[in-house]
This record gives sequence, C-alpha cells and structure tokens, in this order.
Amino acid sequence: MAVDLHSKLGSISLKSPILTASGTAASGKELDQFFDITQIGGIVTKSIMLNPRSGRATPRMVETPSGMLNSIGLQGPGVDQFIENDLRWLAERGATTIVSIAGNDAREFWQVAQKLRGHPAIAGFEVNISCPNVANRGLVFACHPASAAEVVAEVRSAVGADFPLFAKLSPDVTSISEIAYSVVDAGANGVSLINTLLGMALDHRTLKPILGGRTGGLSGPAIRPVAIRAVYQVRAALPDVPIIGMGGIRSGIDALEFLAAGANAISVGTAIFSDPSAPMRIQRELESEIAARNFRSVAEVVSIAHLGV
Amino acid sequence: MPNQVKARLQSNRKVGEYHHLVLAGEKIADGVKPGHFVSIAIGDTNSPMVTRRAFSIHRATPMTAHGSTLEIVVHPHGTGTDWLAAQEVGTTIDVISPLGKPFALPKNPVSCLLVAGGYGSAPMTFLAEELTARGCQVDMVFGAGTESKLFDVLAAKRIARFFEVTTDDGSSGVKGRVSDVIPNMFLNGHTAVVYACGPMPMLESVAALAKQRNIVSQVAVEESMACGIGVCMTCVLPIVGDDGITRMTRSCVDGPVFRGDRVRWDDLGTVPDDCLGAPKVGGH
Repeated sequence: MAVDLHSKLGSISLKSPILTASGTAASGKELDQFFDITQIGGIVTKSIMLNPRSGRATPRMVETPSGMLNSIGLQGPGVDQFIENDLRWLAERGATTIVSIAGNDAREFWQVAQKLRGHPAIAGFEVNISCPNVANRGLVFACHPASAAEVVAEVRSAVGADFPLFAKLSPDVTSISEIAYSVVDAGANGVSLINTLLGMALDHRTLKPILGGRTGGLSGPAIRPVAIRAVYQVRAALPDVPIIGMGGIRSGIDALEFLAAGANAISVGTAIFSDPSAPMRIQRELESEIAARNFRSVAEVVSIAHLGV
Repeated sequence: MPNQVKARLQSNRKVGEYHHLVLAGEKIADGVKPGHFVSIAIGDTNSPMVTRRAFSIHRATPMTAHGSTLEIVVHPHGTGTDWLAAQEVGTTIDVISPLGKPFALPKNPVSCLLVAGGYGSAPMTFLAEELTARGCQVDMVFGAGTESKLFDVLAAKRIARFFEVTTDDGSSGVKGRVSDVIPNMFLNGHTAVVYACGPMPMLESVAALAKQRNIVSQVAVEESMACGIGVCMTCVLPIVGDDGITRMTRSCVDGPVFRGDRVRWDDLGTVPDDCLGAPKVGGH
C-alpha cells in the first residue's frame, strides 16, 4: 500500500518529511552524487553568515559513543558567494531549499536575511540561534528567551509578514518550551529541534581537551532521546506550531519516532557522515514503517504519541 | 565521481603491524588513480561508531575474476581500525571510492623521488608504476619507526632505480629518518618531483628539503575526517591558493594531495590571522 509522504510545514509543502540537517549536507551538491536530492523533502543548507568565515582551528571532530563532537565554528564563504554559487546551483537543480542563516548579533541576522529575501529558490529560513561553537557563550541567543526573540524579530522585519521562518533551538536550556514560546511570539512560524548539545572530550594521553575549540557540539544517536523529549514537550506546549525534528536519526523507525512525538518534518544529520545516501534510505524505510502500521500518510502519524495521553 | 559500494572482503592478511585488505565489488576500482582514497563505514547502520575511516588506495584492479578489487592497508590503532582489521573474509564492507584528488603526474618523463613514512607507503608502488609507464625515473625511500612498520619493501625494491630504507631503531636499512637520506637521493637521482605520503612532520620536512632545491613536492596529508566527501568541514588545513590567499581547505575534496609549498606547515592546528575569514579578537 502506497503511503502519502507529503508533509506540511506551515505554508511549505514538502514531497516528504525528510530534510537534511544544517551543517551536515553543505548545500546538497556533494550528496547529489549519491542520491537525487530533489527526491527527498528538501535541503537545509549549512548556516551562512554575512562575511567569509574561516571556522575554528583543528582538531574539529572527535567520535564519541554513538555520536560525535564537532567544533567547526560556522566556516563558510559569506552570503554573497553563497547566493552566487550554492543558491544558483540549488535553483537550477530544483531542490526545495531551506536556508539556514546565522549572525554574530541580531543586526547581522537582519543583514543576511536582507541579502537573501525574495530569492525564488528559498522556501524558508532556519534561523540558527543555537550554534554552540562560538567563543562567547553569551552569543548562544537560544539560551535566553529575550535574545532569541530579538533575533527572530529582526529577521521577521527583514523578510515581511508571510515568509516562513523556523528558529533552531538549543537543548541546553532549562525549559525549551519557554524559548519556543518566545520565538513564536516574536514572529517565527515554527521551530527546529534540536541543535547539538555542548560537550567536551579529553585526550587520554595528554588529559587535555581534544578539540581545537575545546568544547564542541554533540550529535548523533547519543542525543536522540533528548531530541525526542524536546519535540514532545514543545508539541505539548504549542499544539499548532510546525516543528522540524532532528537529533540522531539514522533509520526510518527513528524518523517515525520524531513524527509521533510531534515533528511535522525531520532532518537527517550525522547519519550522512557514515552513509551519504542516508536521507533517501531513511525516506524509504519510513514509508515501510508507516505502511507496516497500517497508516496511509505521514499526516496520520504526526503527534500520535500525544493522543489519549 | 565516487561510488558507494557494498564490497565483499576477499582477503585480510597481516603484514608486520598492518593488515592488507582486498575488497571486491562492482565499480569499486572505477576511475581510481594513485593518491585517491576510500572511506569505510565502521559496522552497520546501528554501529556506535558514527564516522567513516579513510584509507589511501594501495592498488586498484578493475575486472578480475571476482569483479573489481581494491586494496588498502590498515594500521589497527583505534576502535574503528581495530574493527576493520578484525573482519573476516566474506564480510560486507561499505566502501566509498574513489575520493579526493590524486597525485598530479609530470607531463614530461622526469626523475621522481617517492617518500613514504610507515603505512604511507601504501599508495607508492601504484604511483611508481604510473610514473614508470610515463617514462619517469623512479627512486624511493621508505621510513618507519621499526622494521615491522615498513610495508611493501619488496615491491619497491623491484620497481625503484635507487631505493633506501630508514628506521628510527636501525632494525632495517639506515638508522635515522627519511630526511637524513633524501638530500643524497635528490643529488644522485637528479630529482625533479618528490611525492610523499606519511605523518605530517615527515611531509613538512620533505616539503622543506624540496623547496631548498627548487624541487616540486606533492604531499598526501592525513587529517581526521568524518565524512570524506566534503560536507562535514572537519578535515581542513590552512592552504595557500593560486591567488595567494590562505583558506581553511578541505583535505578530502581539495586534497589529500597538495603541493608542499602551499601548506602552511607552521600554522597547522591554528587559523592563521591572514586566513580568509579569520576570527577577530576573541575568536569565533
């Protein structure tokens, strides 16, 4: 029995709920060598800032149990090069594109949004207010309701009332629902849950931090229960807000778990590193998992964990 | 273009401290050139090890009786490489091949010196054969800590015009480092191009010795990487571009082979202040 994979993310219609996670798929070009990127729901691009950015010193990665820490530090070409190269390619390729934007302050977010607004290839923005790889932890906007709201309001003012905005939140907070309330109140249409958790690993020989940036963001299956909890809590608190769920998804059953917890779409991230075909594979597996439970559509399983609770 | 192949482990043989693996699968050897590498998934999709491991290609043989084959050399020294070295013949291994940019070959039949440290010798006889086929003279030097960490010495002896071995403990060949014998090999061989694969400090010394004598150097770097295909941005190092600008450059897609004089050796492990997009005071 065919399963209807169509998904609604607010005003964005997706052919499937499977997206790539920002920072794990670049702008889709490399992955297109392994599967047809137009056949999944869409590409969420690596966060782009106003100017070229080198990122942090190496080592930038360390594998941890069922996960990894990264301290990339938002390396990127700057928004002008991004428009000229990445967005142009995505437009020609015809992939549904959600652009992740970042900034050192609310003003930079506004500037990046200004440069990108109106580009026909962009279906929406994911506003990355939760990257842990910044020298000043005070700049993790998503750790403070007011800072988070300020950035979202700036971006909203740049793009006009109707353009889809998703705020990407950090799990490193006391109440993620409180942050979700504040960004929706400030003009976000939805939220992306979750960014990496702040972590650290020491070198067993030197007993010093391994990563060049000392701390890094933890991703992979190790964080999946944290992500499921965050999606479940925010869905319970905000029943109608579109949610993109992510955190350690590497199989169809993982994706289904996120949908059931309340996500309308899901992003595949770290799994791409071990299997670049993972988004396409997970989409096929999700279809089987839904069919095996006698459901006919993605819409039927979204938030099903909350029914009768 | 890389292929993701479910390969069959056809042979797993211990050679000194290393394991020599033969992987068979459709398209696995397609388009492979010396200096290309492969990445291998560790375990199945439920593995607790979430990043791939990269290996330079020792040899690629399209269209044998078993299909195409690809050979790699594994040094078991961590959870991922220990797992791979322990796999039995017949196991299915997820391989992506070929990856990266290969060694650039000289247009003219010039004299080349191939330098390897430890299992960095894996791609060197493959390279030597390509160079020889182009009419180049090939000299080789392999160095290692000790004899059991040398690989492929017999094959190198057969193909090289001048061949030297160095070991730190003197258990084989000259006691010392490859850099102790390279200057004489440059002189005797009238070297025009030097190729190197091995640990970073060795590559740095090869690049420095080559630069002193206006010899072109091509070095294959080893940086830890998560994906091997250009999306994760972990395997970067400061490289000077054609435009003179230093960028944090991915060794997986823009390398692993770089011109030795383009690597900012003194700045490895840092982001140089003059690098494109370098952080202002306070860092990123």
